[in-house]
Amino acid sequence: MPAEKMSLARALNEALRTALEEDPAILVMGEDVGTLGGVFRVTDGLKKDFGEDRVIDTPLAESGIVGTAIGLALGGYRPVVEIQFDGFVFPAYDQIVTQLAKLHARSDGRIRMPVVIRIPYGGGIGAVEHHSDSPEALFAHVAGLKVVSPSNPEDGYWMLRQAIRSDDPVIFFEPKRRYWDTAEVDLTARPEPLHQARVVRPGTDLTLVGYGPTVKLCLEAAEAAEGRSLEVVDLRTVSPVDFDTIQRSVERTHRLVVVHEAPVFFGAGAEIAARITTRCFYTLEAPVLRVGGYHAPYPAARLEEEFLPDVDRVLDAVDRSLAY
Amino acid sequence: MTATGSQRSQGPDEPTVPPALDFAEALNAFMSHREDLGMLQLLTPEGTLVSPPDRTPGYAPELLRTLYQDMVVSRAFDTEATALQRQGELGLWPSLTGQEAAQVGSAHALRPDDYVFPSYREHAVAWCRGVDPVDIVKLFRGVTNGGWDPKKSNFHLYTLVVGSHVLHATGYAMSLVKKGSDAAAIAYFGDGASSEGDVAEAFTFASVHEAPVVFFCQNNQWAISEPVERQLRGPLYRRADGFGFPGVRVDGNDALAVHAVTNAALEHVRAGNGPFLIEAFTYRMGAHTTSDDPTRYRRQTEVEHWRARDPIARLRTHLTEADHTTPEFFDEVEEKAREVAYRVRRETRTMPNPHRLTVFDHVYAEGHATVDEEREQSEEHHRNTIANGETE
Ligand SMILES: Cc1ncc(C[n+]2csc(CCOP(=O)(O)OP(=O)(O)O)c2C)c(N)n1
Repeated sequence: MPAEKMSLARALNEALRTALEEDPAILVMGEDVGTLGGVFRVTDGLKKDFGEDRVIDTPLAESGIVGTAIGLALGGYRPVVEIQFDGFVFPAYDQIVTQLAKLHARSDGRIRMPVVIRIPYGGGIGAVEHHSDSPEALFAHVAGLKVVSPSNPEDGYWMLRQAIRSDDPVIFFEPKRRYWDTAEVDLTARPEPLHQARVVRPGTDLTLVGYGPTVKLCLEAAEAAEGRSLEVVDLRTVSPVDFDTIQRSVERTHRLVVVHEAPVFFGAGAEIAARITTRCFYTLEAPVLRVGGYHAPYPAARLEEEFLPDVDRVLDAVDRSLAY
Repeated sequence: MTATGSQRSQGPDEPTVPPALDFAEALNAFMSHREDLGMLQLLTPEGTLVSPPDRTPGYAPELLRTLYQDMVVSRAFDTEATALQRQGELGLWPSLTGQEAAQVGSAHALRPDDYVFPSYREHAVAWCRGVDPVDIVKLFRGVTNGGWDPKKSNFHLYTLVVGSHVLHATGYAMSLVKKGSDAAAIAYFGDGASSEGDVAEAFTFASVHEAPVVFFCQNNQWAISEPVERQLRGPLYRRADGFGFPGVRVDGNDALAVHAVTNAALEHVRAGNGPFLIEAFTYRMGAHTTSDDPTRYRRQTEVEHWRARDPIARLRTHLTEADHTTPEFFDEVEEKAREVAYRVRRETRTMPNPHRLTVFDHVYAEGHATVDEEREQSEEHHRNTIANGETE
């Protein structure tokens, strides 16, 4: 099959479709995922083709959705759950943190929890309150969960396929402002391992690390950085972090700026800065800098440009790093 | 399951509404936990008064006219806001059209010192509580995450996380008991919200603490694309039974019946008898919100069925036939509605964006070093941007 051009939303839909075809144990469940095809249409047409036994419109109850997914997994199924928006995962947070994440360890490895929780996340679409949030650090902090976020359609397709195959629970964060971005997707490619970062643009002067929605931003900043050669790394996974790839990049460039939409304070960038400082103490020419959201509730839509990192703020950090 | 156990019709083409009951007798039956079937109604879809409202305050023509006017104004506001969204002035709009009677009828049963906990579609309740419609628009335009002073109108901020505020209403009602107040709390939520754990926990707390809270569920038949039978399979109002408090179902498109039932419920909770659940059986005529396409999941015949039960039309008929109005009354109401809609349009289109530094305002009541530092950094970044010749 040749590569096909499609949006991230379509790619995710293809991944779900292929997974449902391949394995009868896979279930798709969530609010409005059936007849409507999900509010972002990621599950469009799946109920029609696989029936309501496998593509399940659930009651409006997030704790119920994740709690019953745990039970279904105990019964041999592999549920792929959709939480409608980032801001609405918290009713389910108890089930995710206290149960889903810990059952494998508590059962001394006897129980596996092959559950994927898909969450549209992040800002940039002008949504009303509670519809834009970047809670990835809250999940990455919990041992037992894997946290991933694709930045483009091909990764969307392959990372979701791999997440569904994983025997560990995966929190799958979908950058909603990238749902409609299109690119070539090779449905026959041999995918990279799920938790491997990727250098998406080589450079020599400084490394920019992003994931999900900010990879495109990092590429734009690298493009705009006149006279400077910036390397861009797509992290792809927030837990575990592929520190080796970042380290190799920093050993080439000696400088690192981490860019995410989530608040900087206690965010994923803090962990990366700390570990890379430990690993690259003698090669770094500047402290690791971070660009991201503020320690403030996600603002009303008309102010989100102020809150979200933009090319300007990334370049500001690049200048500060290079000034050391 | 009882005869009316099914919330909706068997055949999707012919939605049915539960049978109406003799009002006074039925309300007594509901209040005394007797076996009951069906739905309280005072005004038929044809505008006929079905039963004398003898357990309820007399229906002064003045009140009927007020209910009518507030329904018409709310709908005009709603229609205008929907249009503003279509024209790109608002990010999103959840329409209330079809639910005016449930909202206006219940709101007028409240006292000013009662406290209202809305979800996100209660624009008509807001109007009756004196909240400026322009302030509601602000939330959906994205210039604020709040919009009004909840204490001024005893109308809490909207809650977009479905069901969570039902617990807040319960806790607030518990505070009223502790303070020895005879005010009440009312929580508005949807049939979908009734599935959330928070709502079940609210029922538990309210019942155990005999909290003076009225749970007002607008069963508008849909939670985005999911019909009510995807949320529950027994009659919604009977959920109260399991928690040990009374529940009734009222025709939610009948402002008089809603008003009477809410009055009775408030009387009940104020008297220290614990909570009360009202299921207002109604219909959301438009899309869930302006981002939604209802043709994907529901049939036009269903919409038409409900259009024939319009809450405004039936009260208008009754007002006319009972000779409660002068001919000019309806014109005056239309004029008032137009004025409100026009003001909303004008003020929305000239509404300024907030200043960028407001991001850092009110994050904490007592300040926080990280916020102060980040505000500084943000200001510095902007100074540099301006120094580099870029406009703000
Ligand atoms: C906790 C939570 N989960 C999901 C959503 C997304 N959502 C918004 S409204 C809605 C349907 C609500 O239906 P219902 O409670 O019946 O109220 P209605 O919108 O019909 O008035 C959903 C699923 C949300 N806002 N909050």
